[in-house]
Amino acid sequence: MNDLIHKGAWELSQLMTGGQVSSQEVTTACLERIAQVEPAVAAFLHVDAERALELARRVDQRRADGQELGPLAGVPVALKDAFAYAGAPTTCGSLILRDWIPPYNATVTQRLLDAGLVILGKTNLDEFAMGSSTENSAFGPTHNPWDLERVPGGSGGGSAASLVAFETPLAIGSDTGGSIRQPASVTGTVGVKPTYGGSSRYGLVAMASSLDQPGPCARSVLDAALLHQVIAGWDPKDSTSIDAPVPDVVAAAQRFDLAGLKVGVVEELGGEGYAAGVEQRFAEAVALLEAGGAEVRQVSCPHFPLALGAYYLIMPSEVSSNLARFDAVRYGWRVDDDGDHSVEQVMRRSRGAGFGAEAKRRIILGTYALSSGYYDAYYGSAQKTRTLIIEDFAAAFEQVDVLVSPATPTTAFKLGERVDDPLAMYKADLCTIPSNLAGNAAASFPIGLSPQDGLPVGLQVMAPPLADDRLYRVGAALERALEEQWSGPLWAELARREERP
Amino acid sequence: MSPAPALLDFDRAMALFDPALGLEVHVELNTRSKMFCGCSTEFGAEPNSQTCPVCLGLPGSLPVLNRRAVESAIRIGLALNCSIASQCRFARKNYFYPDMPKDFQTSQYDEPICHDGRVTVEVEGRQIVIEIERAHMEEDAGKLVHVGGSTGRIQGADHSLLDYNRAGVPLVEIVTKPILGAGAQAPQVARAYVAYLRDLLRALGVSDVRMEQGSLRCDANVSLMPRGATELGTRTETKNVNSLRSIERALRYEIRRQAGLLVAGGRVKQETRHWHEDSGTTSPGRSKEQAEDYRYFPEPDLAPVAPDPEWVERLRLELPEAPPQRAAWLRAEWGFTEAEMRDVTGGGALDLVVRTVAAGAAPAAARKWWTTELARWANSAGVELEAVPMTAEQVAEVQALIDQGVINDRLARRVFEAVLAGQGDPAAVVRDLGLAVLSDGSALRQAVQRAIADQPEVAQRIRQGKVQAVGALIGQVMRDLRGRGDAAAIRQLILDELTSGQEAG
Repeated sequence: MNDLIHKGAWELSQLMTGGQVSSQEVTTACLERIAQVEPAVAAFLHVDAERALELARRVDQRRADGQELGPLAGVPVALKDAFAYAGAPTTCGSLILRDWIPPYNATVTQRLLDAGLVILGKTNLDEFAMGSSTENSAFGPTHNPWDLERVPGGSGGGSAASLVAFETPLAIGSDTGGSIRQPASVTGTVGVKPTYGGSSRYGLVAMASSLDQPGPCARSVLDAALLHQVIAGWDPKDSTSIDAPVPDVVAAAQRFDLAGLKVGVVEELGGEGYAAGVEQRFAEAVALLEAGGAEVRQVSCPHFPLALGAYYLIMPSEVSSNLARFDAVRYGWRVDDDGDHSVEQVMRRSRGAGFGAEAKRRIILGTYALSSGYYDAYYGSAQKTRTLIIEDFAAAFEQVDVLVSPATPTTAFKLGERVDDPLAMYKADLCTIPSNLAGNAAASFPIGLSPQDGLPVGLQVMAPPLADDRLYRVGAALERALEEQWSGPLWAELARREERP
Repeated sequence: MSPAPALLDFDRAMALFDPALGLEVHVELNTRSKMFCGCSTEFGAEPNSQTCPVCLGLPGSLPVLNRRAVESAIRIGLALNCSIASQCRFARKNYFYPDMPKDFQTSQYDEPICHDGRVTVEVEGRQIVIEIERAHMEEDAGKLVHVGGSTGRIQGADHSLLDYNRAGVPLVEIVTKPILGAGAQAPQVARAYVAYLRDLLRALGVSDVRMEQGSLRCDANVSLMPRGATELGTRTETKNVNSLRSIERALRYEIRRQAGLLVAGGRVKQETRHWHEDSGTTSPGRSKEQAEDYRYFPEPDLAPVAPDPEWVERLRLELPEAPPQRAAWLRAEWGFTEAEMRDVTGGGALDLVVRTVAAGAAPAAARKWWTTELARWANSAGVELEAVPMTAEQVAEVQALIDQGVINDRLARRVFEAVLAGQGDPAAVVRDLGLAVLSDGSALRQAVQRAIADQPEVAQRIRQGKVQAVGALIGQVMRDLRGRGDAAAIRQLILDELTSGQEAG
């Protein structure tokens, strides 16, 4: 077993600072691991080995020169393929962008580079981040390392899977309806959606602008907090980013104390449709929080059952507009540009060939919802529902400091199981969508394996806007308590399985 | 398709119908950078050299609002006596077109920044109030250049080139409420309104207002209703109207065309039409059988605009004088009659006269040249006075040559012709063409003597005291000198010649 690949970002950082290991060694270990497991896992769409090694070499050089470096300098990271990385393909899992190489860096990408992180490559996702399984990727699905027959969640299944395939200690995701948290839940990793506006969307190819939010993915709470701190904060290039200090998430991830914290269990996020194994692990985790000093109570958010419906009007409406620019005129895959077709025909055919079924479904839904005569009934009502959900959160956060729920109703489902049933697929985001609609912070933390199927279960924590630190406080305390029970992290089970003959 | 009915005579059309106008004016703001990114807005740069991920609509890019553009929009609204919204949002106007980088235009829909204003314009001494419905902010699209066709239009073109330098340049669109009751003056009212806006926007300093460069564009809507009716007829929207003169012409044409259709029992189709300056006609634009559904919704990438009321008040206090007040003040200073001032303002010559006076000419002289000689030239060339290839400084220079006695009024006209023909500055033209007045010297004296010798009876009558007969001799001298003589000097020379001869005889 190559030990470097199982180490977390913080641990690697300590080792590199102490001179026990170089970034080039760590990066090489990750690249070798990627080469080894990619045929089975398929978490990456593009591995940027050469540039990664060059970035690592530079960090090592700077360290050798005695320069002051950030805590994550030299640590490898994987980037969801929806973020612009100058010079590297940025496909969004879509044929229409299969050859597109952005000339600029997303703010998140730039902050990673500025902090000295080593970008290994781009990870797989459902096309334009639309899906809960990565099966909508035009380049094939990613497999869940816990069971290769199962999905890694989505849309950020590539980022989540890469963590538990030990290809990288850190990954970047984006969360529109649960695309960071649901994959984290079904892969047993940590995934955080910051407060809307807490991290910059500049350079994140938009799915639904009012919902999208970049966030960190990691195997541990502290690692996620360290990555959060690197990417978060106001960006003048994103008018919706918040000009306020980033809460001290790293300190919160090292606090390990829940005394006096008021925790609300959302009544509406449970019961019918939730797997028994998920509910069992969730109940145990809540009991653990209580044992750790938290005051737990039931809280009702009466409009949460309407969230999925509102989401599937607002999100496709924005999608229909955001995806309009993919018309093959300026960039992207162009079809039938043979001199016999007009520009309109080329635009139409390129879109027809370039977009997959789910993208088309959402474009059509959104176009319909925004049409004159239907706007008020669909988009308009959905916005009113959104306001009701924001009010539910506000009322709840008057009673409690954080809310908790399962992160997703079931464990990882089988590849192919839901591809022909969009509604079943959409229900994977039942618990995560309310926080996207309201814009507050939320995260998924691993709480064990389901007794039913032995697959990971995640607990979602939701905090008020700009109180992202509370997520880490809960997550860190929970992680410590659980790891005491398990005598190590949840993912260690995966490493052990690999060691067995 | 059946042939279109003949145009109806304008006067007859006006006897039968009342026109209703609606004017949409797009103003390109002269901010240094674009509406949502830092790219330059300089006109005429190398194609696609002033672009970035944002104005090219590259995946992942996001807009950031140009505060200067908001300030200009508010100042325009204030100058149009509009209310300024305390909070407003941008909206996406969704439609596919290759010149639109995002395939939606970031515009404003139901929440314009300025609304409910009014201005008063004057046509032939009559004051007409024009109600402003709204003025909103939006971004310009790129420019398509069609290559390979004969007309430069998309039909018949072999391929098209795209220049996104203009994409994202800030625009303010000013929309009037229906203008009713203008009657036969409707085309002039439209022209006067756009001229008013142009002067106002220039005074505000928010735009270059160059119609020929497209920094001021007018879409003219017009419909006809039977006289006395109250329900508006079906309107057409005429685009590509690039000068004040074409606004008037295009509207006259559309009124006559629609009247012809209606009188023949036909119906006006609601459509966009293109104005053709050369033929003086309009033709249907892109066929849009149904109204396009733009699926407007609030722009989620931009925060709402909430101008600080104190800021708005400060902008209000800092507004320059409105054009009518300025014109009244200048009229008093220059000592023009009301009719003279109307010639100046109506002809779009106010700023040109101001600049000519600033360059040293007397106000009356500046007015004379711009409203006669140069106005005639502009009219026959079919361009705006602004676009005449002669500067205010050059006009002042011509007048200075007159004042110095180097040339006379008649020679001045030839100097204007030559300068307008691009033959150089006035002084150079006078020198190169030998146009300087011959106020003394042998050539003049010889010409006078020749004239006297040629017309002895006239000379005799002058000697007998009929001084008014001198005109005939002056005329001949002038012809002889090809106009280079100064009439007063010639007159004096002839009289000197004849009376001195008398004394001698």
